[in-house]
Amino acid sequence: MILAGWGRHPRVECRLLSARGESEVRAAVAREAQLIPRGNGRAYGDSALNPAATLSLLPSDRLIAFDAATGRLTCEAGTLLAEILEVFVPRGWFPPVTPGTKFVTVGGMIAADVHGKNHHGAGSFGDYVESLDLALADGRVVRCSAHENPELLEATRGGMGLTGAILRASFKMNPIETATMRQETLRAANLDAAMALFEESRAWTHSVAWIDCLSRGSALGRSIFFRGEHARLDELPADERASALALKPRTPHRVPLDFPSFVLNRWSVAAFNELFYRRSAPGTELIDYDKFFYPLDALLEWNRIYGRAGFVQYQCVLPKEASRVGLGAILERIHAAGEGPFLSVLKLFGRQRGLLSFPMEGYTLALDFHARPKVFALLDALDEIVADHGGRLYLAKDARLSGATMRRFYKGSDALERFAGLRARLDPARKFASLQSQRLEL
Amino acid sequence: MRNDGVLILGAASDVGRAVARAYAAAGRPLILAARDAARLDTDLADLKLRGSPDARAVEFDALDLGAIQPFLDGLGELPAVAVCVVGLPGDQLRSQVDLGAAELVMRSNYVGPALILAALANRMEALGSGTIVGVSSVAGERGRASNYVYGSAKAGFTQFLSGLRNRLARKGVRVITVKPGFIDTRMTAGMKLPPLLTAQAQEVARAILAAEAKGRDVIYVRPIWRWIMAAIRLLPESLFKRTKL
Repeated sequence: MILAGWGRHPRVECRLLSARGESEVRAAVAREAQLIPRGNGRAYGDSALNPAATLSLLPSDRLIAFDAATGRLTCEAGTLLAEILEVFVPRGWFPPVTPGTKFVTVGGMIAADVHGKNHHGAGSFGDYVESLDLALADGRVVRCSAHENPELLEATRGGMGLTGAILRASFKMNPIETATMRQETLRAANLDAAMALFEESRAWTHSVAWIDCLSRGSALGRSIFFRGEHARLDELPADERASALALKPRTPHRVPLDFPSFVLNRWSVAAFNELFYRRSAPGTELIDYDKFFYPLDALLEWNRIYGRAGFVQYQCVLPKEASRVGLGAILERIHAAGEGPFLSVLKLFGRQRGLLSFPMEGYTLALDFHARPKVFALLDALDEIVADHGGRLYLAKDARLSGATMRRFYKGSDALERFAGLRARLDPARKFASLQSQRLEL
Repeated sequence: MRNDGVLILGAASDVGRAVARAYAAAGRPLILAARDAARLDTDLADLKLRGSPDARAVEFDALDLGAIQPFLDGLGELPAVAVCVVGLPGDQLRSQVDLGAAELVMRSNYVGPALILAALANRMEALGSGTIVGVSSVAGERGRASNYVYGSAKAGFTQFLSGLRNRLARKGVRVITVKPGFIDTRMTAGMKLPPLLTAQAQEVARAILAAEAKGRDVIYVRPIWRWIMAAIRLLPESLFKRTKL
């Protein structure tokens, strides 16, 4: 059937298989000459596409064990984060790291080593994985933890499903007192002001900025800056404390149809950005965690606003010392190309472990673009800026990077060689492969 | 203490699992009945964590009619709710030429489900309380070339539930008929189902819990099916026989 990632580009005819539980995963791995595991399809590009066989782990979605003393949860790889939130928030537990959507699987979060608004202090999801069980190409199932096969754990987090199929994982959750977040909203007049806010907000657990990529001159990079903490019980109004952990039901809306591609253009996006900037009044408020972490999940299938051609996300990270210059160059280059990316996000990362994990200490910028030829040329140009400044791209969002540029991102590091060496040992025939891994010659 | 236990017949199916999760989230005690019950071990762990700490699985084969009474005796206390999701769509073309295959479809969708519920209903009647939920199908509303073997069995099941409801209406026992329409399950994976007419398994589960809470008699999971099937039922036979539905 025709499969795609969240960006709906590319769309590819793939043989879609599914597996529930270890025995079915192992049977598929043994039977297929080539395959890639797939979670909920939230990677934007072709990370989880393989025409020969794409193995959906969604039916492997069972909670296995929970230790209420430590917060350690063990579950199958296809378990959705949304389900974990639904079951455990009312009991006072929250995942240690969450991406901007809850419609991702635990296996997908590990494979992409996802980050959240707390990366600067908390690291990525992989930092909290105490152990995982991996079905290897040769039919074995091995446990990976700090004590067993640690090298394989480091390669599997951020390894985009290329080391094997994750069967189940254990990770620790954090205790929370309420399902509410205390959010502070600030305005940053330009990029320098936004970066200063990130620096001064280091002690905050969560921070992120929505950046207006269409503003220019002295307003280049003007942003709405959000920082937040889980609210303590005593911060809630007295009458809400009894139900502090209750989920407030919210009916999600659904984008009913593909928007024609002209709906989002630089003028409508500029108008939206202006409105967003003006409507986001500085101040502090209490909002539920759903609104704080997953504002876009309230609009199901929001990827349809880009129309049938789909869109590409471009998320890069630049080392701290090169961030200001590099981000400026990227924003100027986008202006020069006359593109108006929608919903751009700026975030400060902290240090990072993991062989191929995306984050590094520095600033990350995420941009959306219509998937069209002119945009691909622009993105190639942005790649050069990123490589020149020692940065790299997030593979979970990539649909078009070249292998040569990928290798430039890792110049001076042996990470790609070590990753390839490990796969050559465990999977010499490259049974685990995606369109992305083939394109990037991983 | 109020007994609010739920027995799920055919619990290993996608719909059965979704129903079990929905009831677990509501904190209801669960008994999963399925063939080869040992394969449900991981599901039991899952359901316990989701809010049904005493969930257990029991061996059940809907086609083994001789085992019905011993099966019910073995349950101990009678559950407050029994949800039957037993069924087998079969392959229409095969059922047309292979009488054994057709018989299996008929027994799996009518004889087996109807008789286990018949036995349960008698016990609930004696107790003066209980709820029976039978998952039937819109396919049972008119025989169509594309699935009439399955449809005829579901028609029988629907009528059986209707009669049971009628008989027990004043006996404290409620009978709910569920007609899901298309369901997106592993069994239908790869089939091109129209999204507007296709329910997720979780949706069927939510509809069942809502129907139980509201005391409904017959529900279509997606309301649009009520109108589609009404239109299909109204077509004069002289026209209907020429259609390809």
